[in-house]
Formats: sequence, structure tokens, C-alpha cells
Amino acid sequence: MSVLVDGGTRVVVQGITGHQGTVHTRGMKEFGTNVVAGVTPGKAGGQVEGVPVYDSVREAVRAGGANASAIFVPAPFAKDALLEAVDAGIRLCVVVTEHIPFHDMLVMYHYARAHGARIIGPNCPGIAAPGKAKVGIIPNVVFRPGRIGVISRSGTLTYEIVNGIKEMGLGQSTCIGLGGDPVVGTSFVDALPLFEADPETDVLVLVGEIGGTAEEDAAEYIHGHFSKPVVAYIAGRSAPPGKRMGHAGAIISRGRGTAETKLAALQKAGARVARFPYEIPGLVAELAAQHAHR
Amino acid sequence: MVKLAEWRGKELFRTYGIPLPTGQVARSPAEAEATVTSGRVPLPCVVKAQVLAGGRGKGGAVRFATTAAEARAAAEAILALEFKGEKVREVLLEGKVAIARELYVSLTLDRSARLPVLITSARGGVEIEAVDDAEIDRQWVDPFPGLTAYARRHAAKVLGLAGPTARALDDLLAKLWTIFQAEDAELVEINPLAVVGDGLVALDAKVIIEDDAAFRHPQYAAIQDDRTPLEEIAREKEIAFVQLDGNIGVIANGAGLTMATLDVLKEFGGSPGVFLDLGGTDDPKKVTEAFLLMAQAHPKAVFLNIFGGVTRCDTVAKGLVEAMGQVPASERFPLVARIRGNNEALGIEILRAAGIASVPDLKASAQAVVAAAEGRP
Repeated sequence: MSVLVDGGTRVVVQGITGHQGTVHTRGMKEFGTNVVAGVTPGKAGGQVEGVPVYDSVREAVRAGGANASAIFVPAPFAKDALLEAVDAGIRLCVVVTEHIPFHDMLVMYHYARAHGARIIGPNCPGIAAPGKAKVGIIPNVVFRPGRIGVISRSGTLTYEIVNGIKEMGLGQSTCIGLGGDPVVGTSFVDALPLFEADPETDVLVLVGEIGGTAEEDAAEYIHGHFSKPVVAYIAGRSAPPGKRMGHAGAIISRGRGTAETKLAALQKAGARVARFPYEIPGLVAELAAQHAHR
Repeated sequence: MVKLAEWRGKELFRTYGIPLPTGQVARSPAEAEATVTSGRVPLPCVVKAQVLAGGRGKGGAVRFATTAAEARAAAEAILALEFKGEKVREVLLEGKVAIARELYVSLTLDRSARLPVLITSARGGVEIEAVDDAEIDRQWVDPFPGLTAYARRHAAKVLGLAGPTARALDDLLAKLWTIFQAEDAELVEINPLAVVGDGLVALDAKVIIEDDAAFRHPQYAAIQDDRTPLEEIAREKEIAFVQLDGNIGVIANGAGLTMATLDVLKEFGGSPGVFLDLGGTDDPKKVTEAFLLMAQAHPKAVFLNIFGGVTRCDTVAKGLVEAMGQVPASERFPLVARIRGNNEALGIEILRAAGIASVPDLKASAQAVVAAAEGRP
């Protein structure tokens, strides 16, 4: 068992004939993922990286039994692509596309939720369980099967950190890049129970960023409901203030949302805090060793 | 994001039928005087600097006039101001209204709730951050039904409005919701919303439009009220570029890695001056453009920190070598490179052939660039 994806994951790639769709279809296949179909409206009948292309997700599901979608379609069409996947019965949708307007994402999120579907992203690297399946774009080279879970709001910083864990001689159970947009389909709080329930995860690494209050919410959840050791890192401690959504945004997050408030909340919840990315692997190794002794 | 100046926000409000004072924009003292003498702006009137920063009232950027000559003088004084670093280019002249009460209303996004939120307060006219939480009402709005009639009735009750004024609020909130969605706004805020007689008048307008929705709203593309010239060039090239006060240039890919890089540089006494987020690219030309842009900001040293995923290390290395060849000798800067991830070995080899070393360790590379910026070996 891993989190959300495993050997039974059958992926349809929406936007497979585009440059990114093609490149990452190859990457997912090289990872060992069962990519069963691609979709690009009007391009049915062709093949990309040996994967048959269909006009619609419904046809891809019927022909290939797809049960997860990787969405690469450009932002103006991403909302429609997601709605199509949900309507075709897909219950795990990884939206890699960046720059989707948040008003679109609000519709996507609430529609998916009403239909029992989960979105990871948008603007995210996706999910990967080494040795099983990858839905998304995280580079294969950083992985190695193991027992460390990773959830992160970042993209490349996640790769950096996952790679650091590998170079420490450890491996990962499942890694989820949640995406850094204002509205995400899966938040830390949504992902934490999945790792709590995953018997293959011993230690969890949580990588946050300044802005919003997702890390504070995560800290609250960890305090009462998460029993596994957590290593937390927040990027942007030294970033200049500003870049926030005017006055109304400030009153929503009153007294929360800075690196200090996030780190304090996570520390209070029992997480070990790394001040820099290069401190993470050492802390993870320490906690993993303690876990092995229990 | 595109922050609209008050007058632009009000023009938008006008097209949706939100009640406003009678007003006109002017760009010179003579124009200001003419708005009054022509009767387009009634007397007495208020003259307001059109800047994005708040706190205009206290900063001398809002004045009153009872004659055309006074309006001219007020405009002249305000147009000469530099308000919190912003040069004042326009003033808005508006007829004064008889304010009975000042209210606050806004619509924005609550990221944690993943829902828009309608915020109202009977304590308008002051900065909303200063208002006690108990006096602020929040109603979350599901995008599917939208802002419901009962939510609008609740808002009227919270604000202490009844009869025709409550009906005016109902109409105004319905329009505000339409604007919020149709214009892809991050924020629409009216503070103060004045009670005038039986009706309501929006005395201020704060509207922020989301950049990502630009493909639906080409009309906002030309508005660049709050960007530096280099930031503007970067935007056109789809490179995230922010200028700060320090002297070290940082080129990284991805917001998280960029921020983590700044954190590490600060730890070792460095002072990042410009940061540039390449994002995901496999186009060497974009890397070259990023470097040339960086050179224009005249950094003391540059730190290139890339973890390749979508972006391949060899692509970055090629772009970098090309750029270093184009930067004139007088504008050269010391460079510390750290490229990891996808096609790492290939990238490192390309850099080495051009005489550039890649330092794999984040800590060591950060220390090296701080030393280079201080002129140490």
C-alpha cells in the first residue's frame, strides 16, 4: 500500500500530444507507471510513446480502463479538461497545468468534491510512489523506494529535498507535490490522514512556503491526529513582505501566514524544524533510526 | 496581479451600475480646474491622488475645494507629490456627498476555506485591519449558487440597514459578486461605502485583477502602474523577476527553491538584490535572456541555483554559456553555479568546457557567492 497511487493505477494523459504531455508520458512510463491512454480532442487514432490517443476521456476510460488522469492541457482549457475527467468517472486528477485562474479552480475543486473526486494541484509536480506509479512530472532520478513520505507545496524544491533524502541512503514511500496556487485540490490537511494510514510511511517530511495558512492548519491537525514523526521546512523566511492580497487578504490570515508563525505552530505540534533544505536529510535519518528502534 | 488605481476601479464599477459620486480624472492643474468650470464636477469637491498605496488622507494626498481655483491649487499640490515612493500622475475630482454613515464591504478569496468570502463591517472608513474582529462579519460564498439573496439580507442586517437602503445594498452586493467573478478579481473592496440619504455611494474602489486570467481580459494588460522597467521586460518574457535592495543576483527555478536560496544566502551574510525565477523551461534562449536581464541589474555576483526537472541542466548550461559570451566585459560579474537533477552530468560538462565550475553543495555554493559579492576570493 502507498498513498493514492499503486500498481493498480492506470493513467490517462490529457493533453498527451502537446510537448509537455509527450515528454512526461515518457517519464511516467520509464518510472514504471501503467499509462493506458492519452486524450487530445481531434487527434484520436494516433499514438504517443506507444500510448493510444482518444478524442475524449470517456473513450479513454472505456478502452483503457483509466482510473487516474494527468492533465497537461493549457490553462484556458484546463477547467473543461478536469470537468470532463470527473464526468468520465476518474477519481484522481493530477493537474500539472500552471496559471489556471483561481476562479476556474474554485469551480473545479467544488465540482470534483461534489462527485467524490480528488484533485492534486494545479500547478503541481504530482504524485509518485517509487517502484509503483507516478502521475506527474517529478524527475525519476531523485527517487528510491523507502519509508519516508513527502508532502510539499513547492516544485523544484521538492525535487531537491527528495534527492537529498536519497543521497542520505534513505528512500521514499510516496511523495506528493500539492502545488503552490492559492486554491489547491489537496492541502496538507487533506494529505496528512493518508500518510497516517499508510503502513509504508514511517517519517513524514512537510515542505511549506510563506503565504496562506496551510502550514498552520497542518500544525493543528498534526497536534491532535498525526502520530508519526514529522520534519518541517518553510521556504521564504527571508522573503520581503508585501506581495499579499490587499487588506482583505490580511484580515483573513490575521496574525498567521508568516514563516515565523508557521514554524512556531509546527514546532508546537511536535514537528522537528529544519532551518535550511540541507538540514532535512539529517533530521529524517535521525527520526527514521529512532523509529526502527521502537 | 493588476491593482487598479481608484479611478480605474470606479470606471469598472460604473459599467456595472454601482452608485458613485459625480467625478472626473485630471492629469494637470488646468485639467482639474476645467472639470469644475465645465460643471462635470460639482462644488464643493474632493481632490484625491491616484496612487496604489493606502493612507492617502493622512499623507496630504486628499484635499478639498470649494472653488475652481482651489481645485486647481489642490491638484497642483497633489500632482507634485511623491506618495510612498509612487509619483502621482492623476488626481480624481469628485463632488462631496452628505455622508450619514461609512460602511465596509469586500469580496475576496479565503484560501484555507477554498471559497470566496464576503466581508462586511459597519465600521467603514478606517483601515479594516484596525477594526476589532467582533465587528467584522464574514460569509463564505459557494461558487455554484453564488452570492445568495439570504446572504445579502444577512449583510444588510449586520450593517444595520433597512427599507430602501437595504434594497440598495442588495442590488450593490449582487453587482459586486458579478464583478468579482466576471472580471476575475482577487479583491473588490469598497471602503468607505457611504450611506447617503436612502441610498449608498461607493466613495473608494479597490480592485485587484488576477494575472492568470489575462487571457480573458486583454484590457488589463496595458496597466503597469506598479512595476519597475526591468520587471516589465521580464513579465513580457514570462520570467518572474523581483528587484530588492541587495547586491547578489539569484537565478533559480521554481518559487520554493528561489525562496530557499534567499534564506540560505541571508544566513551566510549575503544580501540578495534581484531574484529571477526561470520557472520550467527547456529553451536555452530563455536562460540566455534571463542572464542578460540580470546583467542589466548590475549585481556584484550572481548565484545560479537550478534543480532540473522540466528544466534540463544541459539546457541551462547552454543558455548560460551563450549569455556569458554576450555580456560586455565591463558588465561581467562573478558567477557561482549549482546545477543538479535532470541531465546533471551533461550540464556540468558543458559548463566546465566554458571554464565555469558547478558547486554541488548548497551551503558551499552559497558561501562562495557571498564571498564573491564582497570581493573576497
